[in-house]
Amino acid sequence: MNLDELLQGLFPSGHDVRVEGAIASGTGRLPGLEVAVLGAVGGAEVGVAEALRLAAGVLRVVRDHPGRPLLFPVDTRGQRMARREEMLGLNGALAHLAECVELARQRGHRTLGLVHGEAVSGGVLPLGFMADEVHAVPGARPAVMNLRAMARVTKIPLPRLEELSRASAVLTPGLESFVATGAIASVWQAPLDAALAAALARPGGPDRRMALGAARGGRTLAQRVAARVEEEGT
Amino acid sequence: MSAPPAPRRSYREAGARRRLLAVLDPGSFRELVGPAERVQSPHLAALDLPAAFDDGVAVGRGTLQGRPVLAASQEGAFLGGAVGEVHGAKLTGLLRLAAREQPAGVVLLLDSGGVRLQEANAGLLAVSEILRALLAARAAGVPVVGLIGGGWGCFGGMGIVGRCCDGLAMSEEGRLGLSGPEVIETTCGVEELDTRDRALVWRLYGGKHRIVLGEADLLVEDDLAAFRAAAASLLTRRRVLTLERLCQAQEALEGRLADFGSCADPVDLWAAAGVVAPAELPLLEPEPFLAAVARARRPVP
Amino acid sequence: MERLSYEVEVEGPAAPRAPPALVGVVASGNLEVLVEPGDAGRCRVEIATSARGFGEIWEAVVRDFAARHPVAGLRFSVNDAGATPAVVTLRLGQAVEEYLGATR
Repeated sequence: MNLDELLQGLFPSGHDVRVEGAIASGTGRLPGLEVAVLGAVGGAEVGVAEALRLAAGVLRVVRDHPGRPLLFPVDTRGQRMARREEMLGLNGALAHLAECVELARQRGHRTLGLVHGEAVSGGVLPLGFMADEVHAVPGARPAVMNLRAMARVTKIPLPRLEELSRASAVLTPGLESFVATGAIASVWQAPLDAALAAALARPGGPDRRMALGAARGGRTLAQRVAARVEEEGT
Repeated sequence: MSAPPAPRRSYREAGARRRLLAVLDPGSFRELVGPAERVQSPHLAALDLPAAFDDGVAVGRGTLQGRPVLAASQEGAFLGGAVGEVHGAKLTGLLRLAAREQPAGVVLLLDSGGVRLQEANAGLLAVSEILRALLAARAAGVPVVGLIGGGWGCFGGMGIVGRCCDGLAMSEEGRLGLSGPEVIETTCGVEELDTRDRALVWRLYGGKHRIVLGEADLLVEDDLAAFRAAAASLLTRRRVLTLERLCQAQEALEGRLADFGSCADPVDLWAAAGVVAPAELPLLEPEPFLAAVARARRPVP
Repeated sequence: MERLSYEVEVEGPAAPRAPPALVGVVASGNLEVLVEPGDAGRCRVEIATSARGFGEIWEAVVRDFAARHPVAGLRFSVNDAGATPAVVTLRLGQAVEEYLGATR
């Protein structure tokens, strides 16, 4: 789904979201509620410049519109891989962005990630996946990396990897796997504005992704292991 | 007569548990979900890879100069310290425990290439959960300290986690970044980054550059006792998550991009930051290095 | 992966009880060994290894090791990433030392 279709579906009463240099930002209207929209879109790579623009956007909403919910549309092919980005401390810029989202949460803003295109690693960690809840629309393509690249890095032959990945939500790229592991809470169907309103009506609360992964059988250990560490430590 | 100075014991060469035992007060470490419980990764056997009894990370409690802390140490020698489902869940569980019981701090001995590709989706999700749990612990008032001096450094999603700590200590040999040199060379080609150019790799990712950038707070010798002292001193450092501080950080990071964005190499960046003899920096011992960069450093608020 | 298990009857006094000890690391050409209290009068060694088809060599290494060390009543668990017999012998020895060291 492209961004225009997505925004039309989410905000039938209108929005003023503009895309500049791969960053979407603006406000959407729901009945009686304004929603801040902010995200890297169009399959963009996220580098230092993009991360700082996104962080500035989050801080602006926190400063000027206390409590306004934040929606992060996600369509990014990941972090920009380049010597210059590393020299400028890309990991630090992304960490700053994650801190800004945490600040918004602490100050009572509801945050939602919504994957409508790609959602790869460093592009999605500090913003979309930092949200209280992460959802997707049909056709979203979340991944860590494609199987071909994975085969190259892990030195596992591609046919073997393809065979294994058919059986494992932990390994296979794609929406189904990310739903099964709990990364994506649900896939929204039309009408999208109703799905958005329903999500915003729920309280923020703690990170529930481990419980989801366990309940859906796509990631069965994480929940138990984290709980055991907490219990043994108590 | 005074005792002779203790001989240096390399942090980099030590394993994850030895590092942890040396950083915490002697005899104080109590491991949680230790190796005898055999909480291993179930995903590696299918790929014909041996698992580890602790999935490459030790977590537990101890004291640091008498103060109660929670601590974790990643084993870089096992699959590059990479974060899989179990490994990540141990770290997340520890950080959740921290938010609840409010120890004097959490000490993370980071040594990781990032997401474990052999269990990619669970690894990415685990890093995301660590990130949220770490920031929640900080928001609950618990300082989190990161130490980077292992053989793998701190890369990928863990490079983001590392920078989300209140304070970070690195050795010169410790490396911090997002995309590691091998990843960039494989993805973008040798023209973008030649991993055989070791000097370039250190200039880009090494502790000294991170100190100049303001990404690391303390530069320490590759010595277990030095890392212990650094961890103790960082425990008192807080970067509280307030709008005011994050706006200051935003300004500092935008300034960095504006001032250094056109630099081609870290040496140019050091010159632009005002280091007098930038080409000499890689050769300097920690003390003269810190003196040489004192005015050029740009700590992120 | 191959899983092997050996049990050797060992004479001599049982090793004292101590907290589990772990030595080594699972890295190419290396292994980790976990030692814990086990059943009286015997030494058990369980191995998970990425190198298939070396059962006879493992058995010889284990029997030789059990004959040379006070391992009655101990249980050893091994995760192996293709270590040579020399490295295996070294690590097993270190593991006993580490375990008994905690009892001294």
